[in-house]
Formats: sequence, C-alpha cells, structure tokens
Amino acid sequence: MAQSKIGIIIAREFNERVRKKSFIVTTILMPILMIGLMVAPALIMRYSRGETRLITVIDRSGLIAPQLESGEEIVFNTTDLTLDEARRDLTDQFGILWIGEDVMTNPNNVKLYTNGSSSMLAEESVSGQIADIIEKEKLKAYNIENLSQILEQVETTVYMQVFRNDRMLEGEDEQATSSSVATAVGFILAMILYMFLVVYGAMVMQSVIEEKNNRVLEVVVSSISPFQLMLGKILGVASVAVVQVLIWGVLVVGVGTLAMPHLIPADMMGSVDALRAGTLDPAAAGVDVEMVQTLATATDFGYILSIFVYLLLYVVGGYLLYSAMFAAVGSAVDSVQDAQQLQTPIMIPIILSIFVMMMVMKDPNSPLVFWFSMIPFTSPVVMIARIPCGIPTWEIITSLVVLYLTFMFMVWLAAKIYRVGIFMYGKKPSFKEVCKWVRYKY
Amino acid sequence: MDILQVEHVTKRFARQTALDDVSLTIPKGSVYGLLGPNGAGKTTLIRIINRITAPDQGRVIFDGREMEPKDVFRIGYLPEERGLYKKMKVGEQAVFFARLKGLSRHEAVVRLKKWFVKFGIESWWNRKVDELSKGMAQKVQFIVTVLHEPELLIFDEPFSGFDPINANLLKEEIMGLRDRGATVIFSTHNMSSVEEICDHITLINKSHNILTGRVDDIRHRHGNNIFQIAYRGDGAVLRSALQGCCEVMEEPEPEFGSTYQMLKIHVDRDADVKGVIGRVNEAVELRSFNEIIPSMNDIFIRAVGGSLDNGTPRNFES
Repeated sequence: MAQSKIGIIIAREFNERVRKKSFIVTTILMPILMIGLMVAPALIMRYSRGETRLITVIDRSGLIAPQLESGEEIVFNTTDLTLDEARRDLTDQFGILWIGEDVMTNPNNVKLYTNGSSSMLAEESVSGQIADIIEKEKLKAYNIENLSQILEQVETTVYMQVFRNDRMLEGEDEQATSSSVATAVGFILAMILYMFLVVYGAMVMQSVIEEKNNRVLEVVVSSISPFQLMLGKILGVASVAVVQVLIWGVLVVGVGTLAMPHLIPADMMGSVDALRAGTLDPAAAGVDVEMVQTLATATDFGYILSIFVYLLLYVVGGYLLYSAMFAAVGSAVDSVQDAQQLQTPIMIPIILSIFVMMMVMKDPNSPLVFWFSMIPFTSPVVMIARIPCGIPTWEIITSLVVLYLTFMFMVWLAAKIYRVGIFMYGKKPSFKEVCKWVRYKY
Repeated sequence: MDILQVEHVTKRFARQTALDDVSLTIPKGSVYGLLGPNGAGKTTLIRIINRITAPDQGRVIFDGREMEPKDVFRIGYLPEERGLYKKMKVGEQAVFFARLKGLSRHEAVVRLKKWFVKFGIESWWNRKVDELSKGMAQKVQFIVTVLHEPELLIFDEPFSGFDPINANLLKEEIMGLRDRGATVIFSTHNMSSVEEICDHITLINKSHNILTGRVDDIRHRHGNNIFQIAYRGDGAVLRSALQGCCEVMEEPEPEFGSTYQMLKIHVDRDADVKGVIGRVNEAVELRSFNEIIPSMNDIFIRAVGGSLDNGTPRNFES
C-alpha cells in the first residue's frame, strides 16, 4: 500500500514538472547551446574580420619600418613628420607607431598612439611583427651563411600520441588518448553535474516550501506519512532529472555517432580511423593530431556511452544526497528568502567541489583530488571530472557506494527534521534549532 | 458502538505539553464537537487521530481495535488551514487526493463527476486552482475530503470562509453524511453551530479534557436552576406567593407586543419545582414556566475562564 502511495506522489511531481514549458525548452535548448558554445569562438574568429586599419610608422632606428608587412587588417605606411606633428595631423588614421632609435637594445621603446579604441588582436599583430624583425636582425649579426635555410630545417613540431599502457596490457582495445580532450570533457560534465545539484536541489526545496505555504501539506500527510511524502517528492524530481540526462545522452550519442561521421570531411575521417587502428602518421597525413583525437573521442560510441552512464549515476546520487538536505531546509522555513541562511551549510561543499574540480585539470590523480572524489559531498562533481581522464574502476565504485550510503543516512536524518519542520510556522529557526529537531520524538 | 476511543493520550513537545492524559469516546453516527480555545491542543489531538503524529503515551482505538495505518483511509480530514496545489487543475488534483486515499483512478473520476454535478461546478474540472475564489476552492476541498466515503469525518472549522448560503449547503451535506452512517468530528469556535448540529462535545483547555458528554446533558448540568415565568396577573401577588420557597431575581421587560409579564426566579437545587409551579399557578394565570439553560457559548467561556461549577448564580440568557 505504502509503495503505491509513494508512486502517486512521484507521478504527480514528475507530471507537474515534465509538462512545464521551461522543462521542454531547457531539455532541447541546452545541448544546442552547449554545441553552440564550443563552435562559437571559432565562428566569431572567422567572421568578425574588421575593416582595414592604417598605421603610420615613425621609425627612428630605420631597421624596422621597411620590414613591416602590411596585411588585410593592418596597413603600414611611413612618414617624415615628427611624432608631435603626426599625432596632431593624422587623426583620421588608426594610429601612429613610434619606434625608438635604440629599439635593438631596448625593445620596450615602442609606442602606439591610437585614435579611438584599440584591439588586442591588432596590438598583438604589431608587437609580434616587431619582435620577429628584431630577432631576425639580431641573428643576422652573427653572420651565419644560409641562415634562412638552416632555420627552416631546424624547425620541428612533435606530434606525440599518448597510450594507456596499463589498459592495453589488460587487453582493452585502446586508442591514443588526449589529455586535453579528457580534461575538457571532464570540465563540462562537472559543470553539468553542479548545475543539476543546485537547480534540482532548489526545486525540491521550493516545492516543500510551496506545499507548506499552501497548507496543502496537512491534507497530504493525513493520507501518507511525511517521510513517504518527502521521499516521493525527492524521487519524483529525480525522475525528471534522469529523463533530462537520458534525452541529452541520446541527443549527444546520436549526433556523435550517426551525424558526425557524415559531417566530417572524408580525409579527416580517414585519419580518425587510422588513429583508431594505431597507424596514423601525422606528418604524412598533414593533419592536426589534436583535432583528430577530438573527433575520434566525439565519435567513439562506447566512450560517450560509458561517460553518460557514469554521469547518470553521479547526477542521481549527488542529487539524492543534496535534495534530502534541501528538503530539510525547505521544511524549516516559510519562504525562499528565509532559506538563504540555512542553505549555506549545503552550498559550501558544492562550491568547494567546484574549486577542487579545477585541480583535476592539473593532475587527476593527486591525493587531494582523490580524497575529495571519495567524500560524498564533493565526490559527484570531482569524480565526474576525473572519469574522462581514465581512473581505476575500483575508485569509481568505492566513491559511488559511499555516496549512496550517505544518501540513505541523509534521508533518514532529513526526514527527522522534515516532519518537525513542516508543522512549524512563523519564526525562522536557527541552524542550532534545526539540529535539535533531529532528536524530537514523533 | 463507538467508532473511536482516545485513551489517556499524552503528547509533549520540547517546551510544552500539548495533551495531558486526554481520553474521549466518540459514538458511531454522532456529530462530535471538539471544542477549546486556540492552542488548547485540539489540532494535536486531530493529528494524532489522523496518525500524522504519534502520541507519547496512550492509545487510539478505532472501530473496536487498536488503530492501524490503513485506518486513515476510512477517515476524511478537512484541516482548518486549507490548501490545494495552486498550479494544478481542479479535476486532476481531486483525483490525486482521492488516489492517496486509496481509490482507483477510475472510481475517483466517477465519484468526482457526481459530486461536481451536485455542487454545480462541472465547468471547473480543467481550471487551475489559482483561478478559483476562496469559497470555490473550499468546495473543492470539501469534495476531496468526503469523496472516499470515510466512516469518520474530521472537520476543522468547516464553515469559515463560506457565505451563509454555501455554509448551509455544507451543513446539509454534513448532516446527510451523518444520516448515511458517518461519524463527524467538528472542531470549531462557533458555539451556535455546536448547539445546532453537535450531539456530543469535548472541551479541551490547556491540554486537558475539562468537559465531555452529551450537549443536552451538559447544558442542563450547567443550568443554575433559574426559571422564567410568563404570566398574566398581579406581580405583587406572585411575588408574595413565592416568598420563602425561591429567590426572585428580576423582572425582564415583556417581549414586544406581548401581553404577558415576565419574572425570573432561582430555585434551590434540592427544592420542589413542582410545588413552585403550583404556587405560581394559584397566584396568577400561568402561561409558561421554562428552565433557562445556558448556551454552549456561556459554558465555553465559563469553563475556559475557570469559573465552571463554582455555584455563582448568573443570568445565562444569551
């Protein structure tokens, strides 16, 4: 009987939320937005080419100006005017570049006077050119023959392919991995998880407060125990979160494994296959290895699937743990404003886990990161950031077991606060008082 | 046969005792008034009966045996602080509550349609609760309370927020439920409605049960043997005739348009009322001879004020 009653509560919570427009919009827009965020910088770089900028050069050294190369964005011209005259008369130009006499020995003696706002790209382009010219001039001073040919021959780029030897020895079909791809994936996953904890946790809290304010609670708890109501609410909202992750998972896996191979140029895809087979020769193929590795990851069905399974496990575990705490806070207060203070002890570990997650970027196996990925309050965010880097399965299992056990304890504790809190109106209780409620007999 | 017995129930909260050794018995088919000032412990008692909280000591007997969790499906509870989910549609919400009380979805819809027709609110089915007025929402809540045809109904201040017409409609529905065999517990401050519809009451004050019994018995028990005589004749003759056998209190103004005179007397508890009537009858033309019994309102105020049964004769006319 009790089981089906919780089912009714879960169904209500689920239906109320899934039918909302906001749920449908976020579920569909979020993946599009994320893909957009990844693609946007490249697109902006490509299409935001500005108008041609005219720079007048006053070169006291006489070495730099002749070698400055005008491009599409910046055009250099020289003048005989003095700096003061140029600054006074040439206000229609983008800027006046002044190069000191001693620039070879004092490369900081370069000044750019702009008429209007400058841009980082333009500044870097100008200072970069000047630096190159100075370097070249300094090398010339050594009087080496065939300098330019030598330089060309010396220049080297190393494409290193990294393999997980431990996994390969275990007989797994391992391809070259990329730490930067893994780090980026981990970061995105951790952010998604953080969002789920905060957004869905707050959802549970608001729902509890709403029921308390509406006084609907008393009617409900005359048919079902407060514990069942709280659990039903938590599980109901959890099912919404699971559905959302599943939809995103299907979208991403679908796009990654079905659409991507057709969108990528054939020669690129050939390199991806070669990388998987371990026969890729980057120099011969003439491709960017980072790019190939990213594509290989994005189109690896098994990899993406395993990531989503872990994401789901940690979203659910982390959400359950935190929502129990949010439910307890919600029961203790009459309005969302009053909840701020009591929420603090919950928000601290969430925010802490984001800071620790940043450490994962540096080293996914440091002791600090390891321990925070075991502590249940921080483990969801920290561990999900570590997983793409490839860590031992026992660590993941241990942290999941600890997480789910803590959730059970937390629900028990929260229920004790909840059943007292829901009948307390008026005065906003202090944290100490809420702790006292745990010991009340009911 | 009693549907509910509360036996020596005590409930303590951190700083105060909400109920201290409270016992009461609710006969099947009665309309039972649960009275008491604010903060007396009524709501706690109702919550214990509803199994929302458990008593520290004592027990609740439902239908002849110790109450079990599933017994709550035989109870319908309308709390004083009423509430519905604002964003939910009326019909959907009513089905939700009905299912929580153990009805199947199909059964709930069939019964709800019947009630909605009865109250003339079929058109509300697909409206959201926050589009309804307070009175409209109250009607929906009433239907939700009685839909699963509970044997025991608990109404906490059921008439608050209703206009007189709807309050009357509600009263008739409640009496109808009683006639069909349901037992009704009323928690209220409205004493005139208690006199009108309750047959038993329990008065709780400061977490104690201070007064319990049939309404008629209680009112008579708390009468102070004051009688009102309506007569025609010489007042002086009547007064002298009554000399020595009872105490004449006052001479109220005759009712407007009435040709009868009035006199109020106090007769000692062990005095012979029959003899008094005989004397009056001889002295004047007797029209009526009534005992003035106190209203529930007076009993409530006196009981809670602590002056119950201290023997001070007072005029109890409301």
